[in-house]
Amino acid sequence: MKKRSKRILYISIVLIFIFVLFSLFIKTFNENLLFYRSPSQISLGEFPEDYIFRVGGVVVDGSLKKSNDTTNVNFKITDYSKTIDISYSGILPDLFREGQGVVIRGRLTKAGIFVAEEVLAKHDETYMPPEVAESLRINDEELKRTTKSMSKEK
Amino acid sequence: MISYIGYFLILIALMNISLLIISKPLLAKITPSYDQIILSTSKLQFPIILLSFLCLVISFLHDDFSIKYISSNSNSALPYYYKISATWAGHEGSMLLWCLILSFWTFLASIYSKSLDSDFREKFLSIMGFLNLGFLAFLIFTSNPFERNISIPMDGKDLNPLLQDFGLIVHPPMLYMGYVGLSVVFSFALTCCIRNEFKPEWAQWLRPWAIISWCFLTLGIALGSWWAYYELGWGGWWFWDPVENASFMPWLITTALIHSLIICEQKNMFKNWTILLSIIAFSLSILGTFLVRSGILISVHSFANDPARGAFILLFLAIVVGGSLLIYISNSSKMDDKFNFKLFSKESFFLINNILLVTATFTILLGTIYPLILDLLGLEKISVGVPYYNSVFVPIMIPLLILAGYIPFLIFSKNKKSTGILKHIFITFLFVLIFAFISLIFLDNFNISVLIGIFIFLWIFINLFQYVYKKYCEGKSFKFIISNIGMVLAHMGLAVFVLGATIVENNKIEKELVMKIGEKIIIKDYSFTFSNIIKYSGANYKGIKAEFLVHENGQLINKLYPEKRLYFSSSMPMTEAGIGPGIGRDLYVTLGNIISENKWSVRIYYKPLIRLIWIGALIMILGGVLSIFLDRRKQLNYKEK
Repeated sequence: MKKRSKRILYISIVLIFIFVLFSLFIKTFNENLLFYRSPSQISLGEFPEDYIFRVGGVVVDGSLKKSNDTTNVNFKITDYSKTIDISYSGILPDLFREGQGVVIRGRLTKAGIFVAEEVLAKHDETYMPPEVAESLRINDEELKRTTKSMSKEK
Repeated sequence: MISYIGYFLILIALMNISLLIISKPLLAKITPSYDQIILSTSKLQFPIILLSFLCLVISFLHDDFSIKYISSNSNSALPYYYKISATWAGHEGSMLLWCLILSFWTFLASIYSKSLDSDFREKFLSIMGFLNLGFLAFLIFTSNPFERNISIPMDGKDLNPLLQDFGLIVHPPMLYMGYVGLSVVFSFALTCCIRNEFKPEWAQWLRPWAIISWCFLTLGIALGSWWAYYELGWGGWWFWDPVENASFMPWLITTALIHSLIICEQKNMFKNWTILLSIIAFSLSILGTFLVRSGILISVHSFANDPARGAFILLFLAIVVGGSLLIYISNSSKMDDKFNFKLFSKESFFLINNILLVTATFTILLGTIYPLILDLLGLEKISVGVPYYNSVFVPIMIPLLILAGYIPFLIFSKNKKSTGILKHIFITFLFVLIFAFISLIFLDNFNISVLIGIFIFLWIFINLFQYVYKKYCEGKSFKFIISNIGMVLAHMGLAVFVLGATIVENNKIEKELVMKIGEKIIIKDYSFTFSNIIKYSGANYKGIKAEFLVHENGQLINKLYPEKRLYFSSSMPMTEAGIGPGIGRDLYVTLGNIISENKWSVRIYYKPLIRLIWIGALIMILGGVLSIFLDRRKQLNYKEK
């Protein structure tokens, strides 16, 4: 009997240990998921200031402004319905140019400017990121639905 | 003409392999010499596909643009060595290479399987044949490299400039050797499963195959990492990109497999577990192919997005994984598999090693697959950030690495009492910890990760030295120590890798800034002067070269030439990094964007000890190779006795 209760104790310690590890794991996983939003979705929904996500669209012609002494750049991206301002400090990838589809990781400020941490333009000049291609197609109704579910999540 | 022969040859190969597969179930009833058919067809497959492959290489060298694959991956201005490597630069050619390597492993398996009994050998080779058939059918029906153009273009589109590099010549063949080498392990394990037995000598037979595949995987991954480092211009060596994960998962499982096979061989335990690991290892390498080839993932590696290809591989994956797991589930309970051991024993620590490695694989698999599943279900477009991998993978690895230093220690002290062992561990632990603290003085960035990294490095090294020394003192023969040198080296390689990875990630300095010609910037002890811009032209591109003079203590130590290239075939510029390599540190400069005529944005990186990452991988490979050859000698010695 004593041996048995000892064994139950051992097993429950192990189970609690596994449970704690697993919940920590799920927490880390959830914290590091990056959602993707199009400029239209951003204009409809609200985002907390420190929420990192990805936005994609086509770089608006003539919107790229480079600083002369620092690596800061500003440009706009669009999904042909809404446009969003991007500010980035760093070197743009080789394939970045106006009219090209890009995906950007970063966060939205209260002023409505998206501050980029990373700009991705892939290794092919004819390439359009699938997310961007889709968000150019997406219709209004679907848009509202996804935005609603997004605000519920938070 | 040559391309017709090449195509004809892969069709013959398809028939040849079909004959191999039907031999065991069908021909066996008709002719008694069916076993000869199995042997000769499995040997014949390799030369047939090799000839076909050579036909494609020759067509590339001859600029035969009537072939679609060549016209879209080559150009008459391409240097000849890139024309050869372009053979496996695109999807179709790389699948032909895959089939070639698979037939090569089948060839080796049929030669070196003489020691197995004939029934086992036939089943084993039939399963290899089935895998050959699957990939050949995939090649012929969805991605024929010899497909012809309707109208012959004047010149080819050229090879993707990123792939015009030494890294591409060697990275894919090495990685494929590893991926496909696992097919031998898979087929063998499945045959064991069908036979309901797994003898210790079979584990001994299987282990060199697992190790050699592991060595090739290590080499392929290390080459890919090195290539990404100098070619992509970001200066990173690992990105947790789904494509990298696809190669890393089989590597982790194979590592677990190599360890569990030791227990199989020496203690006659873990049989079912080992078989399951073998199945998972190869399944993950097919999954990797699916991820890379289906166009689900977008990266340098995915060339063409053809849904038919994805569907075919998915179907094949379902058959192979589903079929083998079904056989496994229905047969595993019949296997005589003992499962009793003490807490402080070799097998219990190997079990922990396996659990940790499999858990790590699972966390990577989740991060890789989960976004794809959500996307396919149309729920949400997400990606898993790099911090996830770093914060989940690294904590799983730390106990594993501590164990890696402890295991040899445990083996040698098995005759002592456990209190003696604990005392010994404690002293070593304190010693290593003090040493780790002392070495921190030499680093300018102190944090807990660096401490852990240095601790693990010293812990593994000191324990391994102790192991060798104790063996020597116990009066073991020189031969015995030599036969264990492979294991010692492989673990040392791991330690070296850990040291390099920790230091570079914690002590690197990265600057992105705008510089004029003549301007100077100081990073650590180095001053970088942007001295000149030179225009020049290469074989199939035009380029701009910047000159950076690097001074250390007022002395010129390096001239770095980062470049921007514009290939004729495309409108996109390419960045080539200027790297000043060194064991202690790399200096890494790339050109960013042009601001005005003499003004550029540049990246200047200081990367301490980054070379240790690849040197560590090379030491691991050396260890693996040595353990195969020296182990064999040990086996021979046993037989002599």
